[in-house]
Amino acid sequence: MSLLEVEELRVSYPGKGFRAKPVEVLHGISLDVGHGETLGLVGESGSGKTTIGRAVLGLVRPSGGSIRFAGQEISGLHGRARRGVASHIQVVFQDPYTSLNPSMTIGDILAEPLVVHGATGRDARSRVRTLLDQVGLPTDAIDRLPREFSGGQRQRVAIARAFAPGPKVIVCDEPVSALDLSTQALVLDLFVDIQRETGVSYLFVSHDLGVVRHISHRVAVLYRGDLVETGDAATVTSTPEHPYTERLLLASPVADPARQREKREKRKQLLAADT
Amino acid sequence: MSTSDDPTTHAVETPSTEAIVTAKANASARTPMWKKVLRDPQAAITIGVLAAIFLVGALTPLIAPHGPNDADLSMVNAPFGTPGYILGADESGRDIFSRLLHSINTAAISALIGTSVALAVGVTAGLVGGYFNRATQSITEWIFALLMTLPGVLLLIILMPVTGGDYRATMFIFGFLLAPGIYRIVRNLVLGVKNELYVDAARVSGLGNIRILGRHVLSIVRGPIIIATAFMAGSAIAVQSGLAFLGVGSLEIPSFGAMISSGFRNFYVSPTQFLWPSLLLGVITASLVLLGNALRDTLEGSKPKATKVDAGQRVVADVERDGSTDANALLVIRDLGIAYPGVDGELNEVVRGVNLSLAAGGFLGLVGESGSGKSQTAFSTLGVLPHEAVITSGSIRFDGRELLGLDDKAMAALRGSAIAYIPQEPMSNLDPSFRVGSQLVEGLRAATGMPRKEAKERVIALLDRCGIVDPQRTFDAYPHEISGGMAQRVLITGAVASRPKLLIADEPTTALDVTVQAEILDLLRDLQDELGMAVLLVTHNFGVVADICDRIAVMNKGEIVEIGAAEEIFGAPQHEYTRMLLGSILDENAVRTDPAAAAKGGAS
Repeated sequence: MSLLEVEELRVSYPGKGFRAKPVEVLHGISLDVGHGETLGLVGESGSGKTTIGRAVLGLVRPSGGSIRFAGQEISGLHGRARRGVASHIQVVFQDPYTSLNPSMTIGDILAEPLVVHGATGRDARSRVRTLLDQVGLPTDAIDRLPREFSGGQRQRVAIARAFAPGPKVIVCDEPVSALDLSTQALVLDLFVDIQRETGVSYLFVSHDLGVVRHISHRVAVLYRGDLVETGDAATVTSTPEHPYTERLLLASPVADPARQREKREKRKQLLAADT
Repeated sequence: MSTSDDPTTHAVETPSTEAIVTAKANASARTPMWKKVLRDPQAAITIGVLAAIFLVGALTPLIAPHGPNDADLSMVNAPFGTPGYILGADESGRDIFSRLLHSINTAAISALIGTSVALAVGVTAGLVGGYFNRATQSITEWIFALLMTLPGVLLLIILMPVTGGDYRATMFIFGFLLAPGIYRIVRNLVLGVKNELYVDAARVSGLGNIRILGRHVLSIVRGPIIIATAFMAGSAIAVQSGLAFLGVGSLEIPSFGAMISSGFRNFYVSPTQFLWPSLLLGVITASLVLLGNALRDTLEGSKPKATKVDAGQRVVADVERDGSTDANALLVIRDLGIAYPGVDGELNEVVRGVNLSLAAGGFLGLVGESGSGKSQTAFSTLGVLPHEAVITSGSIRFDGRELLGLDDKAMAALRGSAIAYIPQEPMSNLDPSFRVGSQLVEGLRAATGMPRKEAKERVIALLDRCGIVDPQRTFDAYPHEISGGMAQRVLITGAVASRPKLLIADEPTTALDVTVQAEILDLLRDLQDELGMAVLLVTHNFGVVADICDRIAVMNKGEIVEIGAAEEIFGAPQHEYTRMLLGSILDENAVRTDPAAAAKGGAS
């Protein structure tokens, strides 16, 4: 049994206007994430990749299907019951600028989830210190406000917050796409390090194939609310079966003028063959 | 766990435009709220006046020579300056000075009851109505809409039998009538805050709704509530006085309204009786309104700044203008320096000694991380630096003409005709209230003076050329009806319509999907070939640079560290920083190889 199992997940958003038909954005998605595994979820804007993450987190209500964590159905849970799962499933959002409350200190931000789950103030404080150390931030960060930190450092705070309650699964929603290139590589390494150390699982949502390839054991490709391909990371990102995956691969440029020229020609041939 | 230091930490000396603006906001936000308020003269004076008045009110039992209703028939209409009756006495022989002091307290209690009820009801309902689901929202909305339709003062008069004429009960009811104002403010703020990611994060952390509302939402809506409270206190005092003036309610209670009313009746006998209460009431309500305005200015920072429109970019005097030019270079930037005034007023250079040249028909990529000064360099060429920016040195020559020092009018003539621009966010650069076509035609006509019909034909032909499938339909569409990729094609159409010699593209594909990005890059390449224009592409993405640029300039902390042909820079980078950047690129062949830590998963 996998740690997180999503089966035939459907999500609809209410249509705009009076008695408008709801718009379905996920048309029956099935995937699973094992213990200590990273599942990369790739897709373009509007493919529904973020919605899957939000459904797992309980931030949107599915219109059909099931989401099971460690065998327990969690898709319909509300209030207290849902909050019981909270310490097991955590999140790191894309934008490190809006995902931290600007009026709270780093220490308060990190201690909050701990205190909610019953830690005393002192225990929380010492755990916060350990967390800061783990994500490579100085311990004097504890009394400072988010705005005193750079994007990469804020994302480290967000990662520390996600790890605070000792979760089993972390939904990572484009966690490095707002960061600079050099920071991005360091933050990805941090994700990998922590995974090796704690055995946590990631559901890693990204539009960037390079990032997904770097961190995922398996990759699932989404296209307009449907899963078009799932499989081993190396296979999906080098010899894809689905034409959409192939198009996606050829479209993402490589940082090498000569190789990029070849890739561009290949893409043009593929497009010409299609039409 | 070993993690190397985050390099962006040290890049503070070269902030981007946004960073500078936020840094300024930060500096002012670090001082506590009350200190900021007291630093504003208008707020300090009004707070002082109000504090003095209400302090005197609080001391009434000690300093008032007479009770509020002590009447002495021998003193009826005693004039100003009578011993023991400094301000005189009214028609019933009551001391005006004592009654004034007592009236202050009535006013204070009115304001206190009215605003507390309004705050309690309005804030609670606003938090609930803004945060919870649609059904709760519409119910609260409906109740408060109903409350707003009630004619306020009339209702208070009609309810006199219920309140028994006690002004405190009246103010309690008035609090409910004031509540919709607060409710509206809080609800709208909450609607904005509740979709912030940190509220989602709190929800994921397992926080209950009440805790989220109290900790994350209320702290954001605090400022506007304080401002509204000052205004509400003023209106509670004014309504209480108005009612008393009309003679509604208990006549025993000394209040400004009752005193003004009595003074009015005696106007011909003793005109000053009417003056004192009016004056004090006026000072109190005016102070509250002025305080509210001052609070809004300091807490929300809404004081408009004067901007100079036509002076062009600020250039300090010693700009060097040597006549030397590359024979075939279209754009030559020499020793460019751009600075921003810091919090302490000193200039921080964000761009230093930048030299680059772009040949006609060339494709130059300006690469760097955030804060490297790449966008600043591009903006200075366009002449659109923010007005606080100062160009400290250098020269920018375009087609043999010095651009620095030109006024806005001369720059505007160049922009759109000889120099065109493609922005990062295509959607926010189209006006949502006008059709796509009319925006393009207007831009083209402004640049070339072409007749409307011809301009329209050219735009439609170009839309077709830029890969838009049904150009006529897109021409007639509103921006919200087209996708992001289409919007970028539209903007490219607009940029190339006037056949510019130089196209400046600032991260033109960053907001787009990779498949769309590839198409847009193809389009840019083809257009450049066709029109023979030079392109300056600002980007952080080395893949994009490798795809399209023939020359690259790498920027770091405001300086160009390396410039050269694309093949050379990718093949054999000379500068350490370039090597570090290229090394950070997630390689195409690097796939994660270590297995999932399945065995440990159960244990931790």
